[in-house]
Amino acid sequence: MSDVLTVPRSRRTVEFFLLLLALGVAVGANYLAGIDREEPFGEYFWSQAVTLAVMGLFIHVILRFRAKYADPVILPIVIALNGIGLAMIHRLDLSALRVNPDFAPVAPQQVLWTAVAIGSAAVLLILLRDHRILRRFTYISLIVSAILLLLPLMPAPVGLEINGARIWISVGFGTFQPGEIAKITLAIFFAGYLSTNRDLILLAGKKIGPLQLPRFRDLAPMAAAWLVSIGVLIFQRDLGSSILFFGLFMVMIYVATSRVSWVLIGLALIGVGVFVALELFSHVALRFDSWINAFAPEVYGRAPGGSAQVVQGLFGLANGGLIGTGLGAGRPDLVTYANSDMIIAALGEELGLIGVVAIVMLYVLLVSRGIRAALGTKDGFGKLLACGLSFTIALQCFVVIGGITRLIPLTGLTTPFMSAGGSSLLANWLIVGLLLLISETARRPAPSPLMKDSFPAPLGMNGKRLKKKPAQEATP
Amino acid sequence: MSEAGELTVTLLRFGFLILLWILVLSTVGALRRDLVVGRRNKVGAPTAREIRRNPDLVEEPAPVRTPARRLVVTEGPLSGTTLDLAASPILLGRAQEATLVLEDDYASGRHARLFPQGSRWFIEDLGSTNGTFLAGNQLTRALPVEPGVPIRIGKTVIELRP
Repeated sequence: MSDVLTVPRSRRTVEFFLLLLALGVAVGANYLAGIDREEPFGEYFWSQAVTLAVMGLFIHVILRFRAKYADPVILPIVIALNGIGLAMIHRLDLSALRVNPDFAPVAPQQVLWTAVAIGSAAVLLILLRDHRILRRFTYISLIVSAILLLLPLMPAPVGLEINGARIWISVGFGTFQPGEIAKITLAIFFAGYLSTNRDLILLAGKKIGPLQLPRFRDLAPMAAAWLVSIGVLIFQRDLGSSILFFGLFMVMIYVATSRVSWVLIGLALIGVGVFVALELFSHVALRFDSWINAFAPEVYGRAPGGSAQVVQGLFGLANGGLIGTGLGAGRPDLVTYANSDMIIAALGEELGLIGVVAIVMLYVLLVSRGIRAALGTKDGFGKLLACGLSFTIALQCFVVIGGITRLIPLTGLTTPFMSAGGSSLLANWLIVGLLLLISETARRPAPSPLMKDSFPAPLGMNGKRLKKKPAQEATP
Repeated sequence: MSEAGELTVTLLRFGFLILLWILVLSTVGALRRDLVVGRRNKVGAPTAREIRRNPDLVEEPAPVRTPARRLVVTEGPLSGTTLDLAASPILLGRAQEATLVLEDDYASGRHARLFPQGSRWFIEDLGSTNGTFLAGNQLTRALPVEPGVPIRIGKTVIELRP
C-alpha cells in the first residue's frame, strides 16, 4: 500500500480549521449542557473552553514544528470527542448537585485530567520524535505491562477494590487504573515481538489441511497473552480489560501473519476461557444472565449483577429517539454511572440517534486514520503498533456501545476520550500522540527515491543496519 | 422560561446537532484526497511547481520485469529439481521444516529464505555457517533476485526462472 502517491502537503492549515470547528462543537456542547441550569458563561464554562482551546492549539503548534506531515484530522476529532465528554460530565454534575448539594463535581477534575493528558501527549510528541525508538523497549514494555497489571493486586495502601473490580491503585491525590497504560505497553511489546519474529512464526510449523499450525514454542507468547487476560479476569474481576488485552493480541498476530489458524486457535482459547469463567465465577454468569434476560423483573432488581443499569440506559436511548431531548433536557442522571460507563447512553438520550451516529462516525474516522497510518508507514513495527493502538480504540467503542445497546453483555470498559476517569483519558491521549507520530512517518515525503522500495530492509535504507555491514564482510 | 427563550434553546439544540454533522462531514471532506488509493490521476498529478519543490514526485518508469514463477536447482545433489513459486516465503536449508530441503553437507539447517515483496523476490541469509552467494557475492542483507541470477548455497546452485 505504500504506492499511494499524493503530493506531499503538510495539511496543517486544514487541521487548524477543523480544530476550530471541533472547538466550536466542544464549547457549544458545554454551553448547551448548562443553558437551563446555571448562569451562562460561568467559571466551569471558561475553564473547559480555555483548557481545550489552549491545549489543542498547543498540540497543533507542536505538530507544525515537529511532525509537519502528521494526519490532519486525528487531533480535531479527539478534541471534539473530549469536549463532548466534558460537557456531558458537567451536565450530569449539575443534575447530581440539584439532588444533593454536597455532591463533589466530577467535571473540574476531568478538565484537569484533560490538561494533564494533552500535556503528556505533547511531551510524547516532543521527546519521542520517531516511534521506531520504542522498538528497543520491546521486552522492557513486557515487564512494565506485567508490573502495571500486578500493581492493583498489591495490598491495601496501593491496590484498591472498587465495585468488585480490583483494577485501581491509589496515587495520593486520587485513583488510577494502571491497566489503561498497560494496553499501550502491551501493544508496544506485541508489535516489537511480532515484527521481529514474524518470519519464524510464518515459516515454521506443520500444515494440516488449509491451516498452517504454528510450532509449539511460537505459541508461547500467545499462551502468555491468554494467561494475562485470564489472569486479569480472575484476579482483577475485570471482564472488559481481559477482552481488550486478548483482542489486541489476536488482531496484532493476525495482522502480522495473516494466518487464520491463529485466529481460530485464539477463538478456541477464548471460548475455553469464557466457559471456565462462566462455570467458576458468579459475576461473569450474572453478567450473561442480565444480558439475555435483561427485562425480566427479578433480573432487573437483583442486588449484585442486576440489569437495572443497562435497562435504564435503554430507556434513556428510547426516550431520546431520533433527535434526542436536547442537551440538558433529558434525565440521563437516572442511570447509575451515567458519566463513565454509560456516557453513550446519556449522550444517546440527549442528542438522539442523529447525535450518537455522529459520535460513532467520529470514532470510525479516528480508527480509520490510525489504520491508514499503519498502511502508509513502511516499517513493520510501526504498522503493527498503529494497527494495535487503533484497534484498542475500536474494540473499546464496540464493547462499550455494544454493551449499552445490549448487543453484547455490558462490561466495564471506558468510552475513549469521553468517560469520566483520568487514567483512560491519559492513555488514550498517549495513543493519539503515538498515532500522530506514526502517521507522520507514513505521510512524510521520502527524502530520496531509495526509500520507495525500502520495505525488505526498512532500517537498512535509513543507514542503520548498513553500519553493521563492514563488520560482517570482514569475516571470511 | 419565556416562549421566545424556549424557541431559541430548541433552535440551539438543533444547531448543535447540525454543527456536529458539519464537523463529521468536513472531516470526511478533508480526507477525500486520501481515500483513493494508488491511482495517481485521481489524486492529482503534481503541478510543475510542486515538482520543482519535490523532485521525488517524478517517477521514473519502472523497468519491465518478468515475474519469477519457478525455482530451479541447477547444480548440486538436487540438480534438476524445480519448485513452483507461490506467494509465500520459501525457507532453504537442511532442516525438515524447510520448503526446499537441501541434502547438502555445506548448507545450514535454516540457511536462507526467499520471500516475495511487490513483484520481486528477495533472498536473505539466515545466519548460515557457510554463507549464501548471489551471483558470486556473499549476502550481507536481503537483496532482490532477478530471474536467471544464480544463488549458491554450499554445493547447491538455484535460480529463479520466469
